[in-house]
Amino acid sequence: MTNPNGRFGIHGGQYIPETLMNAVNELEEAYNYYKNDPAFQAELETLFREYAGRSSGLYYAEKMTRDLGGAKIYLKREDLNHTGAHKINNVLGQALLAKKMGKTRLIAETGAGQHGVATATAAALFGMECVIYMGEEDTIRQALNVYRMRLLGATVIPVTSGTATLKDAVSEAMREWTNRIDDTHYCLGSVMGPHPFPTIVRDFQAVISKESREQILAKEGRLPDAVVACVGGGSNAIGSFYHFIPDEGVRLIGCEAAGRGIDTFETAATVNTGKLGIFHGMKSYFCQDEYGQIAPVYSISAGLDYPGVGPEHAYLHDIGRAEYVPVTDDEAVDAFEYLAKTEGIIPAIESAHAVAYVKKLAPTMSADQIIIVTISGRGDKDCAAIARYRGEDIHE
Amino acid sequence: MSNIAKAFANGKAFIPFITCGDPDLKTTAAAVREAAKNGADLIELGIPFSDPTAEGPVIEAASIRALRAGTTTDKVFDLVRDLRRDVTVPMVFMTYANVVFSYGTERFCATCREIGIDGIILPDIPYEEKEDFQPTCEKYGLDFISLIAPTSEKRIAMIAKEAKGFLYIVSSLGVTGTRSEITTDLASMVKIVRENTDIPCAIGFGISTPEQAAKMAHIADGVIVGSAVVKLLAEYGVEAPQQIGAYVRQMKDGVRG
Repeated sequence: MTNPNGRFGIHGGQYIPETLMNAVNELEEAYNYYKNDPAFQAELETLFREYAGRSSGLYYAEKMTRDLGGAKIYLKREDLNHTGAHKINNVLGQALLAKKMGKTRLIAETGAGQHGVATATAAALFGMECVIYMGEEDTIRQALNVYRMRLLGATVIPVTSGTATLKDAVSEAMREWTNRIDDTHYCLGSVMGPHPFPTIVRDFQAVISKESREQILAKEGRLPDAVVACVGGGSNAIGSFYHFIPDEGVRLIGCEAAGRGIDTFETAATVNTGKLGIFHGMKSYFCQDEYGQIAPVYSISAGLDYPGVGPEHAYLHDIGRAEYVPVTDDEAVDAFEYLAKTEGIIPAIESAHAVAYVKKLAPTMSADQIIIVTISGRGDKDCAAIARYRGEDIHE
Repeated sequence: MSNIAKAFANGKAFIPFITCGDPDLKTTAAAVREAAKNGADLIELGIPFSDPTAEGPVIEAASIRALRAGTTTDKVFDLVRDLRRDVTVPMVFMTYANVVFSYGTERFCATCREIGIDGIILPDIPYEEKEDFQPTCEKYGLDFISLIAPTSEKRIAMIAKEAKGFLYIVSSLGVTGTRSEITTDLASMVKIVRENTDIPCAIGFGISTPEQAAKMAHIADGVIVGSAVVKLLAEYGVEAPQQIGAYVRQMKDGVRG
């Protein structure tokens, strides 16, 4: 899907300072070599299987299906991966690539902390130094993950600039990369940033739909009618969609964080409220004002609280292959509690956005139809914040 | 001769950078006039951007102050209209791609020509993406300034061959900000530049003292200073223009050698 210049339609590209150009060119060259190297792929597959615990299950949510009274619902259980989210798929791939490139240090941004934890984990595994940039606001929302990263040997640097959230963490990690390139790989956590990152991250996350497509064919003997996933930058969503893109009968639905609603300024629903722009290395859709100043977006979910969306999603939106729907904080919190009570699965608040949309979608479909929804991560990290949202102050 | 070429016609050039609207546009106007009066050969006017990823903390903070004070692209255009009644030194805009793109690149460049801007610097547009901006700049008689960095290596010749106006040489890795020492082998970079283009080159990032400026002016055709000027604005606010005038004079003396 990527064209030779790293474009997805008009989106993508390499809008970065000259200082980084040789670094991304070197990364692209290395990736193009190793993606076709059977030894690399075998090593990665072993890590996926033995270390991350793949494949992840495709679980038939029978109670939820019965309760909603419509389509048959399957959960793709990325929450069961080692470190508790889909982020480990990308990180193991990039860390292995960085190691092959002779890098000894990983830096990364993180929002909810899942990508930071995954990067710190891979750094520990490969004996690499690790520095994580995290918005100060998010270090408060996700204190548990900050501790996990430190426990794994990483240094966590709180970012105080701008809105002190994910966007500012990305900016700071990019700044640090321009400062130290030789021994350092920037392990970008989503399908965003300059080419080749959106392609590399998508390829490593595509394992989600590679498995789920095989699993659903094995279980049901047919393809699903819809695949649903939450979208911030969009890595679990593109991973969940990728192998279904050629299957035109499969609806692909990305759930954006609408925060307090897309008719308010407190939203992070980029496709629904943003416009075309250039930021963080890519051309794509961004929440911004009339002068191109990036908007201070908001969502209860630190992982979806980002003013842009990956360029391949922008393209899938343009050509009408995927739909992007807004889901509010309230709906996500309801879904968080609903899945816990109905199936005994506490999803990440990010993933709860996708569950919330399935709650609306499933009843409109018939019993012989199938939805796969990706549970991109587990919700332990969110319990304190959700309790606060419900007016209960618990101390972790 | 383009206006920018004129900036390099009187010996080594001193090029200060000022974030427009920090702390307010009236102060920016006074600061630009002081800089011009005291020997600035070319002035870089920063249009503030919310998330300036190539800037260090000093200019980032200035951008945030300017935006909080209500600075917009249109108000910066008005500022330049006012300045051009009496200020004749060449002026270029330094901003980020999204500021130009969201305004409409065509409309932005047309306005630049109308108000007397001579060129545009976009630190987040490398050689590979300049087609989005350079042809439109050219159409309106603006120089689209290219940058080279310590990591550019084999890219220097390619970039220099197509460079317009002047070539901006980034002295160090990392973001903008003052540095006590610059360790890059800038002379070797300039040598490759000279082999590939006749346009002048100026060194920026990390320079703050007249001694550093003198050293850099030996190597290149000009010296760019941002954070040190912006620091004066942060410290003295509306009283900064006079300080900036005195500083520019010192630095210009420095580059004269």
